[in-house]
Amino acid sequence: MIEVTVHLLATFRNDRFKTELQQLAEGTTVGSLVSAFAIPEQEVGMALVNGRHAPMAHPLNHGDVLHLAPWIAGG
Amino acid sequence: MDKIFRVDMSALNCSVEPVPSDWAALGGRALTSAIVAKEVPPTCHALGENNKLVFAPGLLSGTTAVNSGRLSAGAKSPLTGTIKESNAGGTAAQVLARLGVKALIIEGIPKGDGWYGLHLNKEGVSIVEEKELIGKGNFAVIEALEKRLGKTGVLTIGPAGEMKMLSANISVRDIDGKLRSHGRGGLGAVMGSKRIKFIALDDAGAPALALADPAKFTAAARTFAKAIMNHPGTGQGLPTYGTAEMVNIVNAAGGLPTRNFLHGRYEHNEKISGETLRETIIERGGNPSHGCQSGCVIKCSQVFLDKKGKYVTSGMEYETIEILGANAMIGDLDVIAEADHLMDDIGVDSIETSVAIGVAMEGGVLPFGDGQGVLRLLREELRAGTPLGRAIGSGAAGVGKLYGVTRVPVVKNQAIPAYDPRAIKGIGITYATSTMGADHTAGYAVATNLMGVGGGVVDPQKKDGQVELSRHLQIATVMLDSMGLCLFIGFPAADDPSCVPAVVDMLNARFGLELTPEWFGGLGVTTLKTERAFNVAAGFGREHDRLPEFFREPLSPSGAVWDFTGEEIDQFWNF
Repeated sequence: MIEVTVHLLATFRNDRFKTELQQLAEGTTVGSLVSAFAIPEQEVGMALVNGRHAPMAHPLNHGDVLHLAPWIAGG
Repeated sequence: MDKIFRVDMSALNCSVEPVPSDWAALGGRALTSAIVAKEVPPTCHALGENNKLVFAPGLLSGTTAVNSGRLSAGAKSPLTGTIKESNAGGTAAQVLARLGVKALIIEGIPKGDGWYGLHLNKEGVSIVEEKELIGKGNFAVIEALEKRLGKTGVLTIGPAGEMKMLSANISVRDIDGKLRSHGRGGLGAVMGSKRIKFIALDDAGAPALALADPAKFTAAARTFAKAIMNHPGTGQGLPTYGTAEMVNIVNAAGGLPTRNFLHGRYEHNEKISGETLRETIIERGGNPSHGCQSGCVIKCSQVFLDKKGKYVTSGMEYETIEILGANAMIGDLDVIAEADHLMDDIGVDSIETSVAIGVAMEGGVLPFGDGQGVLRLLREELRAGTPLGRAIGSGAAGVGKLYGVTRVPVVKNQAIPAYDPRAIKGIGITYATSTMGADHTAGYAVATNLMGVGGGVVDPQKKDGQVELSRHLQIATVMLDSMGLCLFIGFPAADDPSCVPAVVDMLNARFGLELTPEWFGGLGVTTLKTERAFNVAAGFGREHDRLPEFFREPLSPSGAVWDFTGEEIDQFWNF
């Protein structure tokens, strides 16, 4: 098992959570976690692992910090 | 037919002129910059009699096109010494367009200590002496003019503009009798130098705006509105959270300026986030989604109430919230909202002033996080124009010099807003190269760097592609600024192939032209080169297209540094 801190931003946190420390199986990818949250992949506007953009296939490691946001364009 | 309205404050007379043919196809920023470049000597003192203050509505302003009510104000900036265009929402652009005002040019300086107001209506423009409103804040001016003249459009300066502070803005009455601002570059000081306290705009009895092809216009306007509503940025994100949606996004990317640009993350980000702002507003019965102009379908503004349900401010932007919240470490939306209200009333740019406060904190004027100290500074020092108040009102660069601070986030003397260029490098290229000094709105690379707007993410921490991205965006932004369109139209314009052709169709249907989308590119290039030529003649060279030295130091926690060479930045102008 690995531990990953997950931050959900904007509407992704509705009926879910803001921040959680998640226990995940080794080999869990950004995409598989997104599916587990029942978020359609195409609705993910930004996925950052430790502050850097990561593709859906990116495998998560113990201690990673993941931010997921819907499509937001700016301010 | 549209006309040029000219007000000579030296002679105290007004005239109306036909539009010269080379200005006929211009509006908004393209026009203010063309006029300033032609009529203002680049080396003049920005607060002297040779500078001119120019207002121009966008080419689509006054029509039924949604989000087309931005007004451009232009002059030589007293803050930067460069050419300046600063645009704002509110009601003024629509009213000016309906009055047939292609541009309003204000020149000269009157003799003596008197103050004046301008009245612009279907009879033309007139100069009237003003006594009652001198020294008053912007909200009092709006209220008094509503009693005196009815619900007219108003452009006004606060005490900061009267005192010719370099951060003074020009405020615009919005549809609810509140304020929007031509914030950047000290244009309020230019208006103050001409001793004009307000400009009242009344379109009563003005004929309806003529359209060359009404049916074509309506069809294109519908396509345009649909493109805005269909884009997740303008259709969902901004209407829900306002621009403060960027707090958590930029924090996650490690580019949230904190403690005067020392760190890129703020531990209390949730206290000032768009999500928290929305919850707070709804809880108190305010309005989380409000438009800055009639005909706005994005509604990124909001009406913020205090704990007792009393109005505090509206149109509180990400930049103000971030710079006071994280960069000055205040971390309290109530204090930030009160500060926003005070800055609007006094009439100062909330970006320049907030960054100046962060620099003042670094210089030991007050501690980081001292929200009550900031409110006292605004109420007692800035409004009164004490020496400390004038120091803050001179902007971030001035405060840095006075207090011996070396970490001073400015380019060409204008404060860098709420995105650290080390972690979001595309916006750094815009800060460095913009003809306006540091200005995120000149080429908003953040959207592509972080969210992939316009065809995919350009990695924010790498140098690859950033110069090309900023160049493309700066050229495209001239189009928005010249049509009177909200900056956020840039998002559907980048992602939805129906958007830009719809803008061209509206323009053609409005004026009976046969322009193509390529024409916009040419307008952008010509305008940027015109502005650049003004700046070069004013004494600016490549060496001024640089970020401050401290950005070479690593930003925590990412360790990102600003690593562009001068030669790499200079590639920007190869077009």
